[in-house]
This record gives sequence, structure tokens and C-alpha cells, in this order.
Amino acid sequence: MKSITRQKSLDDVEQQIEGLERVYIIGCGTCATMTNTGGREQVLDMKERLQELGKVVTGWTVIPTACDEMTEVSLQENNGAIQSADCLLVMSCALGVQKVGAYNGKPVIPALDTLFIGVEDEPGYFHEACDQCGQCVLGYTAGICPITACHKGLLNGPCGGTNNGKCEVDKEKDCAWTLIYNRLKEQGRLELMKKYQPPKNSQVVLRPRATRIL
Amino acid sequence: MAQSFKEALNSGKFIISSEIGPPKGTNLEKMRHHIDILKDLVDGINVTDHQSSVMRFPSIGGCLEIKEHGGEPILQMTCRDRNQMALQAELLLAHTRGIRNVLCLTGDAIPIGDHKEAKGVFELDSVQLLRTIRLMESGKDMGGNDLDGAVEFCAGAIVTPEANPIEPQLIKFEKKIEAGAEFIQTQAIYDLENFGKFMDYARQFPIKILAGIVLLVSARMAKYMNENVPGIFVPQNLIDELASAPKGEAINKGIEIAGRMIATLKNDSICDGVHIMAIGREEVVPDILAAAGINGHA
Repeated sequence: MKSITRQKSLDDVEQQIEGLERVYIIGCGTCATMTNTGGREQVLDMKERLQELGKVVTGWTVIPTACDEMTEVSLQENNGAIQSADCLLVMSCALGVQKVGAYNGKPVIPALDTLFIGVEDEPGYFHEACDQCGQCVLGYTAGICPITACHKGLLNGPCGGTNNGKCEVDKEKDCAWTLIYNRLKEQGRLELMKKYQPPKNSQVVLRPRATRIL
Repeated sequence: MAQSFKEALNSGKFIISSEIGPPKGTNLEKMRHHIDILKDLVDGINVTDHQSSVMRFPSIGGCLEIKEHGGEPILQMTCRDRNQMALQAELLLAHTRGIRNVLCLTGDAIPIGDHKEAKGVFELDSVQLLRTIRLMESGKDMGGNDLDGAVEFCAGAIVTPEANPIEPQLIKFEKKIEAGAEFIQTQAIYDLENFGKFMDYARQFPIKILAGIVLLVSARMAKYMNENVPGIFVPQNLIDELASAPKGEAINKGIEIAGRMIATLKNDSICDGVHIMAIGREEVVPDILAAAGINGHA
């Protein structure tokens, strides 16, 4: 499971750091490294681009996992270069950006957009497997999630836009309900698809969502 | 309009519905013209709900116009743009203004339309919307609260008889019937033999089926639909027939084809009626009915 990110355009980054001349860059050694969006190589590339824009890069680091508590230690180790910066440009998912922001009073600027939480099916190919809806229906849908795998998140079967097992929004994407139908049929459990599924509760855990386990 | 759509459905006669698409903007002239053409000709007029996810004047606004002009509106309601509160509120409004028919649809996907960055809601699906109508008829809302004045609707849904694969669609079709659908307007059908097979299956259910008739205006349109519209299949012989028409007269051939299909569906008692979609050419609906040998229907 990885947090899937995409680099913002340099224009976007430049707009966000307007008026902030001294920049410290933070990458992430986990998800953003794996997706080639915020690993060592991308951090060094960003350093070069910022310097071309006339910015001063006071330093950089790649935190092993930007979203965990070791982030604080890592930031302390690099305190000198960080303190002399006007802002921290974070090349991790939004979890890391927020973690860095929580440990340091400097402005934090995201260099990436966080797209979804992805599961890797084959090297380099990720798909969103769960929307964290709080009411899992996988037991009725042959283990295929209709919330994430169906464009419309339908619960009671396919829409009329499905065609030859593909989705109306993209002929390359599979229709989730065709997949669900086929797998339930193989399992001899098609009666599950005939069962009425009521609307989902959109307030299972009230936003802002948080929980305490200890 | 002497008879409600529900009365027409239960009358045993061959039912004819058609539809109009509201304008993109506040100029209602053309829509009113189409309403005038159709209101005394058909048993019910659907008003599309931002069809193809293109933002337009609302479906309920078109239905109110039909009421004001003395026609029988069928409110198309998709689940794409409204959460459960907005859907229920609109059903309350519709009922109080004399709108008595609702066609429950999932709705097209946002990215195929003209507001590509808009949020698609889809909190309910078509089956859940049908059940919501039946719930509200019992005097309750989805929150479990009592309504001060219930609704009453003739509720319908759609099915795509030419979908591939068809089985998942049929499971949903049966769920729609269980949810209380009283009528079905199908996606466009052109192959009457295939449609007959679908009807052999559908006949076992207590529901009225109106075959979808989309007017073909050219061979190019037919080919385009075959390639791009899910669940529509125009057989080659019809494409050839359209192509054989003299330049500029393909629409007449399309009217002839539609009329011929309607006549067969009616005369051979294949289904309970037809739903004619002329997609902007509503002025030729009378010609289609004439070609089918049907005059002064409603």
C-alpha cells in the first residue's frame, strides 16, 4: 500500500514560494521514493530547478518515512540548515507535509499532489483499492470494491454506461460490476448480487475523522 | 391531456411516450414549441436531466412547463447531481406541482459532459431512488421522520436490452422491479429479433415495457452510435438503408424506419408501448407516428 503522489508543476511550486527566497527541501524515502516523485533523485532535481529560479537552497534531506514520528528526529538533525530557510518544501504525500508542519514552525509547502492510496498489482502499476468508507461490502461483491472500482460507486449493479465489460468514462478501465458478476458466477454465489444494498452512511466517523485505540 | 400516464399504462392500450431536452440557457421558446407538438400526441413526455452530463435548464423546470401547457410530464431524475436530501426535496416539490411520474436513473458520468471537473454525487443509485419514492409514499423520509403530506408517483426505470454482457443488467432490472418500478423505458433498440428475446424474458414480470426508439437521421449517426454509445446496436441493414437515401433525405428514411419498428412492436404485441427519442428533432415525432400508422393517439 502506497500513498500515490504526482509532482506539482514548477509554476505551481514557484507561486507557492513567492517571496520565500531560502528553501529547505525534504523528500520521503518510502512512498514518494517508490513512485519517483520525492526520492533522492527528485529532491536533487528540484534543488537544481529552484537554484535556476534564483532561490537559495539551504539544504535538503530525504526522511526515511516522512509521515512517522522519526520525522521530528530527522528535522532536529538538520536544524541548522532548516532554521536558516524561509520555508520547507516537502516532496512527500500530504501526510508527510502535515507531519513536518507539526514539528516545525516554518511555512511548509507541498511539492506534490496526493492522489490516492494505491495497491501495487504489478511493478509500477497501482490502483486504488479502498476509499475507507467505513462499511465494507466486499463480502457481497466477491472481494472487488464497487466504491473504488466503479466510477460511480454503485452498490446495486452496473449502470447503463458499461460496454463490453468496460467503463463509460474510459474504454481502458474495467467495469467493476462486470468483474463482480463474473467472479460471483465462478463462485456460484450470484444470489449475493441480487441482494438489495441500501444507501451508505456518509457519517460513519464524523469528519474530522480520528480515533483513539489506547 | 385527459388521461394520466399511469391510467394510460393500466388501460391496456399501446403506450406512447416521448421526450424533450431543456435548453442550455433561459430561452425556453424551442422547448415550449416541442411541448406544444407533443402534449396532445403522446401519453407522457419525459424531460431529460442534464442529459450526457451537460448542464442545462432543470428537468423539473421542463416538467412544470409541460404541466402549464396541459401535458403529462415524466420527471427524469438522475442520482448524479443531488444527495438524498436534495432528491427527496425535489420529489416533494414535484408532487405539490402535479408532477406524478418519475423516471429513476443513475445518471451519466461527469467526465463525459461539459463540466468535467464537477463533483459527481451518486449517493443513491437508481434502485435506491426507486425505494426512496416508495418510502416517501408511505409518509416517511430517509431519515425515518414523518412527512407532513406524502408523495404519490408512478415510478419507472430503464434497462439496456442490447448491453454486453446482459446478465448483470438483468439482475439490476429485477432489483428495479422489486424496488417498485411500474414501467420501463428501454435504451434504444433496433434489432427486433433480439428485443423479442428480451421481451420473452421480461414478460414474466408485472411491469410495462416501452421500447426505446431513437430516430436515426443518417448512416453516420448510426455508425457513431454503434462505436460510441454503450448498449446501442444498429444492424448493418438499417445503416445501408439510411445510406441508400438521396442526399439530405436520410432523416425521412429514419422516420420510415422508426415508424416501421413501432408498427411491428404494436401490431405484433411485442411490448406495451414505445418511448420515442427524437433528440432535438421533436417536430418530426408526428411524422414518425403517422409512419407507424398511428394518428391522434392521445
